[in-house]
Amino acid sequence: MGERLTRDMMAARITAEFQDGWIANLGVGMPTMCSDYLPAEKSIILHSENGLIGYGRNATVEEATPYVVNAGVLPVMLTPHAAVVHHADAFAVIRGGHLDVGVLGAYEVAMNGDLANWKTDPKKRGGGIGGAMDIAACAKRIFVLMEHQTRDGRPRLLKRCNLPLTAPGVVSLVMTDLGLFEAAGDHFVVHETAPGFTLEEIQAVTEAPLIAAPNMREVQLS
Amino acid sequence: MQNKRFISFADAVKDIADGSSIMIGGFGPGTPHNLTRALYETTSARDLTLILNSAGTGSRADLITPANFIDERRARKVIMAFTASTHPSNRSKMEELIESGEVDSELVPQGSLAERIRAGGAGIPAFYTPTGVGTQTAEGKEHREFNGRMHVMEYALNADYAFVRAKKCDEFGNLVFQGSERNFNPIMAMAAKTTIVEVEEIVPIGSIDPNQVHLSGIYVQRIVQIPPDGIFHVARVGPTAV
Repeated sequence: MGERLTRDMMAARITAEFQDGWIANLGVGMPTMCSDYLPAEKSIILHSENGLIGYGRNATVEEATPYVVNAGVLPVMLTPHAAVVHHADAFAVIRGGHLDVGVLGAYEVAMNGDLANWKTDPKKRGGGIGGAMDIAACAKRIFVLMEHQTRDGRPRLLKRCNLPLTAPGVVSLVMTDLGLFEAAGDHFVVHETAPGFTLEEIQAVTEAPLIAAPNMREVQLS
Repeated sequence: MQNKRFISFADAVKDIADGSSIMIGGFGPGTPHNLTRALYETTSARDLTLILNSAGTGSRADLITPANFIDERRARKVIMAFTASTHPSNRSKMEELIESGEVDSELVPQGSLAERIRAGGAGIPAFYTPTGVGTQTAEGKEHREFNGRMHVMEYALNADYAFVRAKKCDEFGNLVFQGSERNFNPIMAMAAKTTIVEVEEIVPIGSIDPNQVHLSGIYVQRIVQIPPDGIFHVARVGPTAV
């Protein structure tokens, strides 16, 4: 058996997919860790639902102010090109198609790109949608960062989602502690694997069929 | 000119009647904690409809949040983007009352919530959005295709009152926000009949450059300066905004 990726490794690897000039929104939880791994050679604009356009890394205790926080209400640093807008304008960035990527956490992702991340019990009223439905429906692409299995070991990369959807057919890449996967309709393509894991070992804990990419390799962290 | 300045939070909220609808600004920063506390402690207002992003928790000894109104059933209905914690381990009494239907709730994607409020203030009765199509939140709503893509219709929101928090204002009510505290505050102020603002600093009319005003005072009816012993900032607790 190989070694599962840490949350930091997962965040670092998915962030390496960001292209120069992208406007990105990082969801609450693990995705916010991406702000610590932004590639120095690329200019990435981070956007938050509460109106920051152009923030950077987390603020230290000394730097933190109660007035500048990301969507997870964590103090962050504004970049020199930052602007602050109100909530409706912050979502105009999203709905208007200006967001190049949204990185979201998830409970389940299906091989057709369906995303479920706002409710763990389909029968109950209520839930925690936040900005995820707008981002999922309207960003140019959606990356998911999540653990490969639930705490009790059930798979999260599925043929079909069991939980209520956040948006249908929107996920392109999924980074888990077992590798980097691409939703491809009737299967996931495996681009990279956690060190020491075979495709068969990963398939054994994945419901959806997996197909190795022609150049499948172990996860590369620069 | 009408004097908009009120001497206390209690004075500014005392006429809020049973059955009122109230928009409450904030997303972490920008939350009008002082007005919320005054409404809770100095009035008996109930059967309220609360419109806000998230209600915080009713279990903080040091803070009154909208969740306190839900826990004690002083809120009849809530319209929010989070009615449950993002962490299932943080279940609250509010969550249970909403799940059981004892408190009526409408869960709205956050961008649709913000735009419904903006539309309310801007005189647009409804709009179409791609957000939520193919999910539970679009069930029962009017759908229409534009440019080959399905959209769902969302109605505007208005309210009797808005509770707003700002950094600075003049005596006319022109508002200036600081950083992330702007969030829902200006759009809620525009969508409510009576907007009540708690503010760190009140300056004379003419001392704010008109180009730097974030919200015109025409949308503001009451202003209260936060006194030195008032609530200025609240430390973050838990995974979501309070």
